[in-house]
Amino acid sequence: MPRRLSKSNHTMKRKQLLLGDEAFALGAINAGLSGGYAYPGTPSTEILEFIQAHPVASERDIHSHWSTNEKTAVEEALGMSFCGKRAIACMKHVGLNVAADPFVNAAMTGANGGLIVVAADDPSMHSSQNEQDSRFYGDFALIPVLEPSDQQEAYDMARYGFELSEKRGIPVLLRLVTRLSHSRAVVETDETASPENQLHYPKNPKQWVLMPAMSRARYKQLLKDLKDFEADSESSPFNIYKEGKEKRLGIITNGIAYNYVKEAYEGEPNVSVLKISQYPLPGKLVARLFDECENVMVVEEGQPLIERQLRGTLDRGAKIYGKMTGELPLSGELNPEIVSKAISTLSERLGVDASGVRRHGGRAASQVVMPRPPALCQGCGHRDVYAALNGVLEEYENPRVFGDIGCYTLGFLSPFNAIDTCVDMGASITMAKGAADAGQHPAVAIIGDSTFTHSGMTGLLDAVNENSPITVIISDNLTTGMTGGQDSQGTGKLEEICLGIGVPQEHLRTIESLPKNVEEMKKLFREEIEYKGLSVIISRRECIQTARRHKKS
Amino acid sequence: MYPDGTSPQEIITHEAEKTMKTDIILAGVGGQGILSIATIIGSAALADGLRLKQAEVHGMSQRGGDVQSNLRISDKPIASDLIPLGEADLIISLEPMEALRYVPYLAENGWIVTNTTPFVNIPDYPDMEAIKEELGRFPNVVAFDMDAVAKEVASARAANMVLLGAAAPYVGMPVEKLEQAICNVFSRKGEAIVESNLKAFRAGLNHKS
Repeated sequence: MPRRLSKSNHTMKRKQLLLGDEAFALGAINAGLSGGYAYPGTPSTEILEFIQAHPVASERDIHSHWSTNEKTAVEEALGMSFCGKRAIACMKHVGLNVAADPFVNAAMTGANGGLIVVAADDPSMHSSQNEQDSRFYGDFALIPVLEPSDQQEAYDMARYGFELSEKRGIPVLLRLVTRLSHSRAVVETDETASPENQLHYPKNPKQWVLMPAMSRARYKQLLKDLKDFEADSESSPFNIYKEGKEKRLGIITNGIAYNYVKEAYEGEPNVSVLKISQYPLPGKLVARLFDECENVMVVEEGQPLIERQLRGTLDRGAKIYGKMTGELPLSGELNPEIVSKAISTLSERLGVDASGVRRHGGRAASQVVMPRPPALCQGCGHRDVYAALNGVLEEYENPRVFGDIGCYTLGFLSPFNAIDTCVDMGASITMAKGAADAGQHPAVAIIGDSTFTHSGMTGLLDAVNENSPITVIISDNLTTGMTGGQDSQGTGKLEEICLGIGVPQEHLRTIESLPKNVEEMKKLFREEIEYKGLSVIISRRECIQTARRHKKS
Repeated sequence: MYPDGTSPQEIITHEAEKTMKTDIILAGVGGQGILSIATIIGSAALADGLRLKQAEVHGMSQRGGDVQSNLRISDKPIASDLIPLGEADLIISLEPMEALRYVPYLAENGWIVTNTTPFVNIPDYPDMEAIKEELGRFPNVVAFDMDAVAKEVASARAANMVLLGAAAPYVGMPVEKLEQAICNVFSRKGEAIVESNLKAFRAGLNHKS
C-alpha cells in the first residue's frame, strides 16, 4: 500500500494542522470508523474528543460516548468488530493493563471488522506513574504493532491498520507517545470519509468462543499467522531502509526516535538507517542491516524491546550498542541532544566520520528560576476535603490515607501533604482494606467519582462483604477533571451505586465540599472514622474548571 | 562573472536555497493562554504553506504549573518535534521567571520577548529585581508589562495578543499574515473579539519600552 495515497489515486486532499491524536482520529473517521471507545487518559484523551466533535461522526452516528474504563472500551470495540464494523479503543499506556484481559484474548478471537487498539505511552512520565512500553503487549499477545513517527503516519496508519486487521483477521495495536500525541503538524488528509462496513458476521464463529478445545486449534493457527504478520512488516511502507555509504555503523530506530536520528545529521546520514514502525520486527530488513554493517546502534524510544530481541538471550558480544550498553539512557524520553550526542560519541569511537552529526550546546540554566509544580485550582472542592480530613486526622496517632489517580493526587504536595499512597486506578479502596486487614486504623481511602466507577466499585464490594473498618471518601466533582473535564460515568448515580453494592444507608453520608462546610465535614469524617465498619462519604462540588465553562455557555 | 568569483547563476541558486526556519519556545503558567498564541502562529504558517511542528504539554501541569510549547516553523521538512538545546531563535513568555526557565534552549543571537508581570503561586517566588537583572544580561530582550498594555487598549485577557505583537518582528513571518490569522482564529467569536485582539496585537507590536 502506498504511503501517500494521493499519489496513487488522485483523490482530493486537504491540509490541516492536527495533533498526533487528532490525526489518527480523523484518519479513523475517514477510513469508515463505526465506533470509538475510550476512557480518558493523558496523552490519549484527544482521540475520542476529536471524534465527538466531528460533524461526520454526528451525521453517521459513530459511537463516541466515553466508556467506564479501558476494559469495557476494548470489549465494546471487540463486539463491534465481531459485527464486521471498524472500531477503535483508545487509552493511555497504563489503561492497557486494565484492558489486558480482553486485549490479549482478542488475539485469540481475532478481529472481523477492523479493530485498532491505541495505547499512548508516556516516556518521561509527564502525566503518569510509570513509563511501561506498550509494544511488549503486542509482542506477547502476538498482535501486530504500528508505531507512527509523525502526524502524517498517525493519519495514514488508521486506514492501513484497519485494512491490515481485516486482511489478517487480527486486532492491531497502535502505539503513540506523548511527543507525538500532543504535537501538531500539517497533515494531508482525505476530503471525504469512506463508507462504513455493513454488518456482517465472522466466517469462523467457533473462533469467538474461547473454550479450551476451540482455543487450542485457534492458537496453532495464530502461531502460523505470525509468519504472515512478519511478512507484512517486511513489505510495510512504514518500515524504511536507507542505505548509507559508511559500513562500519548502521542505526535501527523506532517511531518518534527516527525524528531525533534525522535531526542529528546536518544532511543525509552517512550511515545506514532502518526505521521500524511496524512489528513483529521485519527479520529480513534487520538481517540486511547486520550483514551490511559492522556495528549496529539501536536508538529506541521506550524500553529496549528491539535491542533485547536483537541480542537474544545469550548476548555473546555482538556489536550492538544502545540502552543496554549505556550509549543511551534506559529511562526518560529521548530528545535531539541525547541522540545526537550518542551518535557522535559512538561514531568517533568506531572511527566513523561524524562531521555531519550536529552538536548541541546550550547556555547554563538560570539560577533564579524556581520549580513551579502543578497545584489544585483555587476554588476546587478537593481542597476543602483535604483541609477537613487533615484537621480530623491530627487527632490520631497513626492515620494513613490511601490516595488514587486524579487531580486529588496533588493532595500529596504541600500545603496538604495528605496522602500516603497513589498506585493505580481504584487502589485507594482496596489498599485501605488490606491495611485495615493488617490492623491499620484510621484507614482512609480518597477517590474521585470517575476513578470510583472506573475501578473502585469492585473493590468496594470486597469491603462491603467483610464490613472492613475503612472510611471511603468519594470526592465527587461531577467530571473527569484531570484530563480536562470529560463526562464521568457515575454522575448522579453514586449514592445508588454504593447502596446497590451494599453500603449500609446509615454509613453512606453526603456533604457539599465548600469552605463554609469544613467544620461539618470534620464532624462527619470523625464520626465515620470512629465507626468500626465500612462507611462511604460522598463529598460533592462541581469542578471549578467545568463550572466556569458551564457558566459561559 | 562577479568580482568575488561567483556567477549570476550561482547567486540565483543560493537565493533559492535560502530557508525560512524559526524555532520558538512559548512559555507561561498553566491557564495563561500560551496555546492560543501557538494556534495563531500555526494558522499563519499553514496559510503560508510552511511546515510546522508544535509540541504541547497537556494534563497535570496545566493546573497552575509551568507550561511550555515548542514551535518549529520552516519551509523545509522538520524532523524533531522538540527544539534542540541552544537552537531556539525566540522565547515568548507570558511570565518573566518562566522566560528564564528555557534560556538553555536559546540560540546565541536569539530573542527573549516576555511579559514582566509575575504570576506568583509558589511560596519561594524569586525577587523581581533578580529576574530583571538576569533578563538584562541577554543582548536581545523585549520586556514590558503586557497586562497593563492589554488592559489599556483591550482587556486583561488580551495580554497574550500584546505578547504576540511584541514578538511578531522575530517570528519570521510578515505581520499581515499574523493579523490575518488572528482574524481567522477569532472570527467565530464575533467581530468585537477580533477587533479587541487585533488592537492588543498592534499595541504590543508598536510598544516602545
